[in-house]
Amino acid sequence: MSKIETAPAPQKRPNEALRTLKLLARNRIGLLGLIIFVLMTFMSLVGPLIVPPETQAHVEQIYQPPSAAHPLGTDFQGREMWKMVIHGGRDVLIVAFLAGILTTLVAVTVGAASAFFGGWVDSLLMSITDMWLTIPRFLLLVVVATLVRLENVWMLALFLAFFGWPGLARQIRSQVLSLKQREYIEAAQLLDLGSAHIIFREMLPNMMSYIVIAMINAMTSAIYSQTGLVFLGVVPFGNNWGVMFSLAYAKNAIYNPNAAASLLVPMGAIILFQISLVMLSRSLEEIFNPRLQRGV
Amino acid sequence: MSSRATVGPPKKTASYYLEKIATNYWVRTIAKKLLIVWIVMTLTFFIIRALPGNPVEIMVMSLMDSGLSSEEAYARAASLLRIDLDAPLGKQYLDYMTNLLHGDLGDSYVLAINKPVATLIAQRLPWTLFSVGTSLLISFIIGMFLGTLAAYWRNSFIDHALTNFSAAIESIPNTLTAIVLVLLLGVTWKVVPLNFMRGSLSPGIKPGFTTAFLVDLFKHYAVPGAVYVFSTLGGWMLSMRSSTISTLGEDYVTVARARGLPDLRIITAYVGRNASLPLITGLAISLGFAVGGSILIESIFVYQGIGLLLNQAIAKRDYPVMQGILLVTTITVILSTALADLLYGWLDPRIRVTGGGE
Repeated sequence: MSKIETAPAPQKRPNEALRTLKLLARNRIGLLGLIIFVLMTFMSLVGPLIVPPETQAHVEQIYQPPSAAHPLGTDFQGREMWKMVIHGGRDVLIVAFLAGILTTLVAVTVGAASAFFGGWVDSLLMSITDMWLTIPRFLLLVVVATLVRLENVWMLALFLAFFGWPGLARQIRSQVLSLKQREYIEAAQLLDLGSAHIIFREMLPNMMSYIVIAMINAMTSAIYSQTGLVFLGVVPFGNNWGVMFSLAYAKNAIYNPNAAASLLVPMGAIILFQISLVMLSRSLEEIFNPRLQRGV
Repeated sequence: MSSRATVGPPKKTASYYLEKIATNYWVRTIAKKLLIVWIVMTLTFFIIRALPGNPVEIMVMSLMDSGLSSEEAYARAASLLRIDLDAPLGKQYLDYMTNLLHGDLGDSYVLAINKPVATLIAQRLPWTLFSVGTSLLISFIIGMFLGTLAAYWRNSFIDHALTNFSAAIESIPNTLTAIVLVLLLGVTWKVVPLNFMRGSLSPGIKPGFTTAFLVDLFKHYAVPGAVYVFSTLGGWMLSMRSSTISTLGEDYVTVARARGLPDLRIITAYVGRNASLPLITGLAISLGFAVGGSILIESIFVYQGIGLLLNQAIAKRDYPVMQGILLVTTITVILSTALADLLYGWLDPRIRVTGGGE
């Protein structure tokens, strides 16, 4: 994108998304990440509609190692791991998406407002951000999660966002601060186009790539904290990858060689999804910020 | 300066000094930090007391599990825990804060009945500081080294392998790393005996400068330490890489090259020193956070640190212990960020903290 372009027309954006996808397809790591990401999302959202859930225990086939009859083995109640994995992804993914979106939303609002308005707004917002950065957030999250029974995905996502926004807000702020120096923003200010127009029509479209990457990173950290919270037992959920491996761990599956699958399969699902997100975000960064590669 | 000295051009009255104090950088910084401590303490005080189930109820439940009737359990719990939870919350808060100002963190309710929280924390904190501190240092050094390598041979195979690996391991929850390590090292390969993955010392070993103690200490530290190193390594490597790459583009590096200085000298004295500046502040900051982040790893390895203590305190609703730990971790974070600021100014004379304005 050249600097001379003053106002990127909003209707160009769908094309830009398509162009990004094309660029991503040319990047091997990015393509792989995208494929894993899409497959796992598809599996977790559509899979449960096709595969019936495992609701009953099968006492006769507890802790079977992977075999032709049980492709991914069975768990401590003799349930098929592959069915459990398909049904266990939905909550993890939805929490990650929601928390990612909410975190980014709060961070963009705070960061952009802080940088754009400056003055006392800036010092107030940044003081709050700094304060929030200093608080041992994970510990507080553990304590709060014990208090509020985070029984639905919305609450959990909201909490993760509530505790996750400050770092990103600082980054967005410095991005907006540097954008403010650009010629086309100065031109828009001279034309007296109004703060709303400048923020939403001029700045945000030019920060879109940055925001998308930040959102993917926020999803990664949402899954990270979510896994820890589930493992500590403060987030009760019916069935998801985190609960699956935590339960297997609590049942001492780790010391039973036949039970390794019931521990490793859900853990593998979490790790694979995390890595696909990382591959995506890193490739997008390479595409949008080629200077990173050349290292200038 | 006496108040009679009215001759000098700037009139130095009491209000002048007050203003001088109010705008002083250090006074403002310390006031801000104290405010944070107060906010955290107030917040946690009320959050903790709003938690479902209080210490008495939790104890009654566990006593009833062991076969006592509910009346017996209540009587036993009441005699064991001499605490007054019926006092108005506002009064409890004022009492707590007053004690806190006198440096008294209160006594434990449940975990170690009537033992001062300060003693409990003082027993556990060194373990966390030791395990987290040494691992952070190790991962920092390895990360700096790998980051420099990747930056020098950027876009080579090594660079791609290292950066992708780092980004991947950074995203893997440390709980999973810990479980995988226990599974591989302890169960599958049997490299480390399982009893070295539980607790922080073998029973019967006394702390002291003896070989037996140091060997035992290291054996218990090895696996949890490896988890800490593994889960933080990626971050250091990536930031060292980008920091080195941006330093390599500086004019003084080009000049040093033009002067024909040996490569090793450029790497260490010119690039390495400057590139590691932002990382060293990061190190101080993450030390503060790691103390709080140890809760998961210490619970898995039953490592006798402050994170495990907090987990136990939450389970038993031991209010003063929870409160004390949150206070200590907040103070650690604040102190380490302050240390980071100082370090930065000391290491980089270009950015000295200046008095006065924001």
